Amino acid sequence: MSAADDILTASDVRKEFGGLVAVNDVDFSVPRGAIVSLIGPNGAGKTTFFNMLTGVYKPTGGRIEFADIDVTGKPPHAITELGVGRTFQNIRLFQHMTALENVLVGMHARLSSGIIGSILRTPGVRREERGARERARELLRYSGLRGRDDELARNLPYGDQRRLEVARALATEPKLLLLDEPTAGMNPRETAAFTDFVGKLRAEQELSILMIEHDMKVVMGISDRVTVLDYGEKIAEGSPTEVQRDERVIEAYLGAGAASA
Amino acid sequence: MTEPHKAEQPRRDGGLGRDLNARLQGIDPLGWALTLTIAVLAFLYPFYVEFLQDVPLIGDFIPGVGSMVVMLVFTVMAVGLNIVVGYAGLLDLGYVAFYAAGAYMAAWLASQQFEQWHFHLGSVGISKELSGLHLSIWIVVVLAGVFTTAVGILIGLPTLRLRGDYLAIVTLGFGEIIPQFVRNGDNVFGFDLTHGTFGISPIDSPGFGKTLSDATNELLPLSYQQSFDRARWFFWTAVVLLLITVFCSVRLRDSRLGRAWIAIREDETAAAAMGIPLMRTKTWAYAIGAFFGGVAGAFYASFKAGAFPADFYFNISVFLLCMVILGGLGSVWGVIVGGMVLGYLNVEGLATIGTKLQQDAGLNFEPSKYQFGIYGLIIVVMMLFRPTGLISERRHKREIEEGVQDESLYGTSK
Repeated sequence: MSAADDILTASDVRKEFGGLVAVNDVDFSVPRGAIVSLIGPNGAGKTTFFNMLTGVYKPTGGRIEFADIDVTGKPPHAITELGVGRTFQNIRLFQHMTALENVLVGMHARLSSGIIGSILRTPGVRREERGARERARELLRYSGLRGRDDELARNLPYGDQRRLEVARALATEPKLLLLDEPTAGMNPRETAAFTDFVGKLRAEQELSILMIEHDMKVVMGISDRVTVLDYGEKIAEGSPTEVQRDERVIEAYLGAGAASA
Repeated sequence: MTEPHKAEQPRRDGGLGRDLNARLQGIDPLGWALTLTIAVLAFLYPFYVEFLQDVPLIGDFIPGVGSMVVMLVFTVMAVGLNIVVGYAGLLDLGYVAFYAAGAYMAAWLASQQFEQWHFHLGSVGISKELSGLHLSIWIVVVLAGVFTTAVGILIGLPTLRLRGDYLAIVTLGFGEIIPQFVRNGDNVFGFDLTHGTFGISPIDSPGFGKTLSDATNELLPLSYQQSFDRARWFFWTAVVLLLITVFCSVRLRDSRLGRAWIAIREDETAAAAMGIPLMRTKTWAYAIGAFFGGVAGAFYASFKAGAFPADFYFNISVFLLCMVILGGLGSVWGVIVGGMVLGYLNVEGLATIGTKLQQDAGLNFEPSKYQFGIYGLIIVVMMLFRPTGLISERRHKREIEEGVQDESLYGTSK
C-alpha cells in the first residue's frame, strides 16, 4: 500500500508497553513534500509513534517504510542515515558544545573521516572538516542563528535553542524532518517566526515535514494534512478544515456532548 | 542552500568560544610552543637530573631516570584510559586487562617461552641460536597494540550495550578474568601458555640493531640491554611513546570521532538521532584505549625483561583511573600531570617521604604501606575542592560547575 508519492508509510503499527497499548494498529503516511501534523490530547501516543518512526522504540507489530525501504525496528542511526532528521519535545541539544559543534555532530553520518585519517590529518580529512565547518556556519545562518556559532548551546535563549535543534536536524540532510512540539514554550512572536521558518523550509528545501504540535494556530495555518490520535488510535485524518469539523476530534478534545452543544 | 545576507557580521568575541575554536582548528601557537618546550626539557632530563638531585631540600625527591620510565609508561596508559573514560564517558574498571595482554604479547613473541619453535625476526643482542620466538621489540609493541585492540573489540561488543554502573561492573569482571587466566594458563590442555605464577622472563630488549649501531659509530645502541645507558634509552623511548599517545589522543579528540564521543557522553539518545552508531563509536573508544594499554604493557614488559601475573591486579585499574580523575577527566594535559604525580608517588615518592620522615623527624611511619589509602584521600580531597581535576577540560568544568549551581539553586532540570 505504499504509494509511490509517499515518503513515509506506516501500516498497522502497534506499540504495547506491558499491558498498555500506546499505539493501536495505526495506518499513516506522509506524502512527499507535504507538511503533516500529528495532533491529539496528551498521552494519545504521538511521541511514542515518533519514537517508532525514528527507531528509538521497536514496534510491537506493523511495518514502517521510509522511501520504500523497510525500516521497522532499525536502529536510530541507520534511520537517520536514510534521511530522517528529528528534534525532541524537551530540547536535547549537546548543552556543553557550541552551536557550531552541535551542527557538526549532526553531520556525522554524512562525513567519512576515519581514525587513521583523523590522526594523520590527511589532506582529504582536512578538506572535509573545512567543508563541514563551512556548511555548518551556513546552516546556522539559514536557521536564524547568525553570529551564534561559538556560543554554548546551553547559553542560547530558548527560541534559539529550538532553532539550533532544527539546524542540527537539517545537518543530517533529511528527506523527512520530524518536529516534536517545536513551538512548545515559545511566546506568540517566537511561534509566528518559527511557523514562517517551517514554511520557508518547505519552500526552499526538498523536504517533507511531520510535526507534533499543540498550537492549533500553527497546525491549521501550515499543514497540508492533519492526523488525530486519541488513546493510541487514529480517529481522524484530512485537511485542517475537515479535521476541525470532525465530531470525534471535538469529542476527544472537549469531551462527549461538546459536538452537539 | 541560499543565504541572502552575505555580509559577514563581526565575530562575537566570546573568550571561551574563540579559544576553543582556535584549538579545534589546530592553530594555537602558544600551545605548540609550550608542548615543544616541555618535550625538549623531557628529552634532556637524563642530562640534568643529577644536578637536580644535588639541590638541597628537593634533591632527594627528584626521581631517577629508571623511575621516570615507569612513571611514563603509566602515564601512557592513563592517557589511553582517558579516551575511554574522559572522552566517551565509559567507566572502565578493567583497563589492567589490556596492560596484561600487551605484556604477555611481548612475553610470547620475544622470549624463550615457546622453546619448541625457533624463529627470529629483527631480534637484537641475543644469539640467533636461541630457541623460542624472538621478534624485534618494535614489531612486538605494534603487534601488542593490534592484539589488545582486537581484545578490546571482542570485550567491548557484548559489554558496551550496558550503561553506567553496569558497564563498570562488567569491565571490572573482565579486568579480573584476564589476570586469572594468565595465572592459571600454564596448562591449557597440556600447553604451557603463560608459565603460570612464575611469569615469563627474560624478555628481549629493544635496540637499533647492528647495522644502525655500526653506522652511527655505536651512538645508537645495538641493544638497550647491553648499553651503558640502558635506563636512558628506555626513558627516551618512553617519552616518544607518550608523545605519540598524546598526539593521537589530541587529534582524535578534535575529529569527527571525538565529537561523536563527546556527544554520546552528553546525550546518547540525541547522539543516535544524529546518525551516530552508538555501539560502533563506543567500541572504537574502548578499542583505541585498549591499543595504548597494550603498547604500554609490551614496552613495560621489555623494560622489566619479564611479565609476571602479580603485576596485573585490579588495583592497577583503579590506580590509572585515579590518575585520570586527579588530572581532569577528558583533559589530556591534566591526565599527564595526574599520571606523573601519582606515578611518582607510587614508584618512589612515598618511600622517599617515609625515609625522610624517619631520618629527619624520627617518625617510624611508612607512607608506602598506606599507598592506596593515600591515593583515596587525594581523590576525596580533589572531589571536595576541585572536582574537575588539576587541569580541567573546559567542557567538563562547565558540566560539573554549572550543573551543580543550576540544579541545586533553582531546582530546574535543563
